[in-house]
Amino acid sequence: MTGRLWAIAYNTFREAVRDRVLYNLVLFALLIVGASIIFGQVSIEINRIVLINLGLTAISLFGIVIAIFIGIGLVSKEIDKKTLYTVLAARPVRRREFIAGKFLGLVMTLTVNALLMSVGFFAAVLYVSHGLGRGDLQLVTAIYFILLEFVLITALALLFSTFSTPVFSSIFAFAIFAIGSFAEDLRSFASMATGAAHLVISTAAYMVPNFAALNVVSQVAHGTPVEPKLILLNSLYVLVYTAAVLTASVWIFERRNLK
Amino acid sequence: MAAIEIQGLEKVYRTGFFSHKLKRGLMPLTLSVEEGEVFGCLGPNGAGKTTTLKLLLGLVFPTSGTATILGRPLGDIEVKRHIGYLPEQPYFYDHLTAVELLDYYARLSGVDARERKRKVERALSRVGMSDAARTQLRKFSKGMLQRVGIAQAIVHDPKLLLLDEPMSGLDPIGRREVRDLVQQLNEEGKTVFFSTHILSDAETLCDRVAVLNKGELKGVGVVADLLREKLGEVEVVFSGAQAVAELSSLGALCHATGDVVRALLPERSLEPVLAALRKNQARLISVTPVQATLEDYFLERVGDESPTKPNEVKA
Amino acid sequence: MTTVRAQTTYALLLALLLGASTLLVRQIDQVRGDTVLQEMLYIPSPKVVKRLSLGYSGLLADVYWTRVVQYFGEKHKAQSKHYLILEPLLEMTTELDPKLLPAYHFGSVFLAQKPPEGAGDPQAAARLVEKGIRENPGAWRLYYDLGYIYWLELKDPARAADAFERGSQVPGALPWMHVMAAALKAHAGETETAIYMWTNILKTTEDKNLKANAISRLRCLRVDTEVKLLQDRVEVFMQKSGHKPASWQELISAGLLRGAPKDPAGKAYQLADGRVQVAQPDLFPFITRGLPPGEEAGDLPTEKGFKPVKIK
Repeated sequence: MTGRLWAIAYNTFREAVRDRVLYNLVLFALLIVGASIIFGQVSIEINRIVLINLGLTAISLFGIVIAIFIGIGLVSKEIDKKTLYTVLAARPVRRREFIAGKFLGLVMTLTVNALLMSVGFFAAVLYVSHGLGRGDLQLVTAIYFILLEFVLITALALLFSTFSTPVFSSIFAFAIFAIGSFAEDLRSFASMATGAAHLVISTAAYMVPNFAALNVVSQVAHGTPVEPKLILLNSLYVLVYTAAVLTASVWIFERRNLK
Repeated sequence: MAAIEIQGLEKVYRTGFFSHKLKRGLMPLTLSVEEGEVFGCLGPNGAGKTTTLKLLLGLVFPTSGTATILGRPLGDIEVKRHIGYLPEQPYFYDHLTAVELLDYYARLSGVDARERKRKVERALSRVGMSDAARTQLRKFSKGMLQRVGIAQAIVHDPKLLLLDEPMSGLDPIGRREVRDLVQQLNEEGKTVFFSTHILSDAETLCDRVAVLNKGELKGVGVVADLLREKLGEVEVVFSGAQAVAELSSLGALCHATGDVVRALLPERSLEPVLAALRKNQARLISVTPVQATLEDYFLERVGDESPTKPNEVKA
Repeated sequence: MTTVRAQTTYALLLALLLGASTLLVRQIDQVRGDTVLQEMLYIPSPKVVKRLSLGYSGLLADVYWTRVVQYFGEKHKAQSKHYLILEPLLEMTTELDPKLLPAYHFGSVFLAQKPPEGAGDPQAAARLVEKGIRENPGAWRLYYDLGYIYWLELKDPARAADAFERGSQVPGALPWMHVMAAALKAHAGETETAIYMWTNILKTTEDKNLKANAISRLRCLRVDTEVKLLQDRVEVFMQKSGHKPASWQELISAGLLRGAPKDPAGKAYQLADGRVQVAQPDLFPFITRGLPPGEEAGDLPTEKGFKPVKIK
């Protein structure tokens, strides 16, 4: 089984890498990193702060866009274009192996993505700060959290594409990312509500993917260190939540008639 | 052993998300395909041929009924190593080259790493794609894609082949090549089940055929037997319109174009007709026994049912 | 087709994983705690944020308003002495949505009041309310917020009277605004005026926190009134008997009281060395009388003049 899983994952990775859209977006992100060096030319401290804020935000947002678009393509496009039929019909491939393999392939792609963009980013930081210091370790944490964001949104994009068209899947994915970014405020709001509203909003507030906690960009830009406990908790959370989303995806996909 | 054994397999769809109207993709079908035969599934578009294949392959789930493939029930994963499938209007990962694609599929089918390269190349040469092997699929024409499709269906040397409209998109030369290939594969002992709406292909290739229309099985038969039915007629072509009158009185149906006449008559009337021609000094051009075609059988089974109306069912 | 067994496995697994994720979220929220709000201190300018919000500033204002309430609630519960981020949060909220009246009402009280009942910055409160008035000229209620700040927090009854007067002239203003203006100008009884004001505020406001605050104010004013009355009776007793009473019983025996007096919290008022005191000053954050000796007087001016009285 692992042989097949790896084959599917590698094929997915290869497909993403040969897709020219990917390169354009990566390039775009790097351009913004470069541009932010110019924007911050007011003072030296502001320079670094602006670079980190703008640079990391660009990497995060562009990465999310890439994750959503390729993630949607994982299943939606395959069903649309029927490339999936020959894989599932006449091969000893279980549907869940297919989903898992696809997901792995995309995570691989996004990791490489994130690494590429980070290299550009760190090069810019090096230039602006004339060297790397201890505070820059926190930047690695921020990038790690951004990668966790990618994993989360990819799993969700995959889930949506098991039952929805490419257009709607992308809409749902962007929407859930926006809502998840305000998850902490949603929980505050839930705690202020009463009665039935409280129950409904609380459920939503806890079920929604917790993107809010993965955004430490301004914190890190101002040199406030990230608590190690948070790193552990966020990692566990993404692991557990992703597993849940994939379970749901497999469940839906295995029941689906591929007309 | 039956390569495919279908028992009452049925598929009913709902026409819409909220509607109660049902559409029958396939009425309960009972059919079996023997090992080593070439079996054709005929029918107009929408007859249920593709639905049957998808049900067998686990792409679509039956509403009722069962089937076995090579003795294993539907849903068995391991038996898929021994099946090859070509979908209708296939589309493959176009970022890959032909070799990469086949290698990927061979890998998924469990072909051993040591044998893979050889099998991939062999499959490609059998479909005549050796030259284009290292070109990306996005540059392929429809015919080339069809060939690649067949290649991926045979690369892992399966015992059973399920082909959905294998001739589509090919020019006459291509179709001839595919026909030859199917015959070769059959000679190697493989069972071939294919669906088509081109009757002449089925006629040449198949041992047995089934006719489907609007989701229902209309008839199954051995091709040789079906064709023999209409035997007993002869077509005589001659020049000499003067003989027409006498031939008509013998029961021949004559059609004249200028001086050349085509006459259709029962076989037993051949001797008297030839004598009449000599008597009337007509010049004989040819004598040909009339073969029944599959088309006759088909039209007879499908009858005057219009294949364009949707087969709705009141729930 | 997936078996029933497989499907039950998926369902159970899903439930388990979602449960685990909820628990993790609660842990994460605890660790994250103030981090979200600390970020307020980094934001260079609310105007920039408004521009970045791409037309969704109203929604974003609501988000920040949620944070205001959450922040205050947490700090207040912990009886915190520092409300550093309250002003930036309120500024951001009102910049994003200048017409969000609840924010101004909230800010006027909870920015002005002394900790732990507020941020203790009446100047900031006044600025906020004045901004609110500029942006919402028809909101007469903002004038009583302003009046309260000038009168009770900034000790400027003349300006306060002016605010109430201006407010009373806004169409739709309730009559009590005019009454307040007159009362302040005439230096009427402070305690009574305050009771009148807070009673009307209590009637007018819908905000949970502001209601609770008004009720607390009124209870404290009741304590002030009761302590004064009791102190007067004690004076009478001391004049009559020539010594300080040791307990309420003595006053009851002297016919000056009918029973042992209790404060609004239900605890008996205490008599210590001839002084009337409340048993638990913490329950009454706004009282100016009945505090133990050495505690400074509150912000309510006495009848004798507008000077705070130190009780020895």
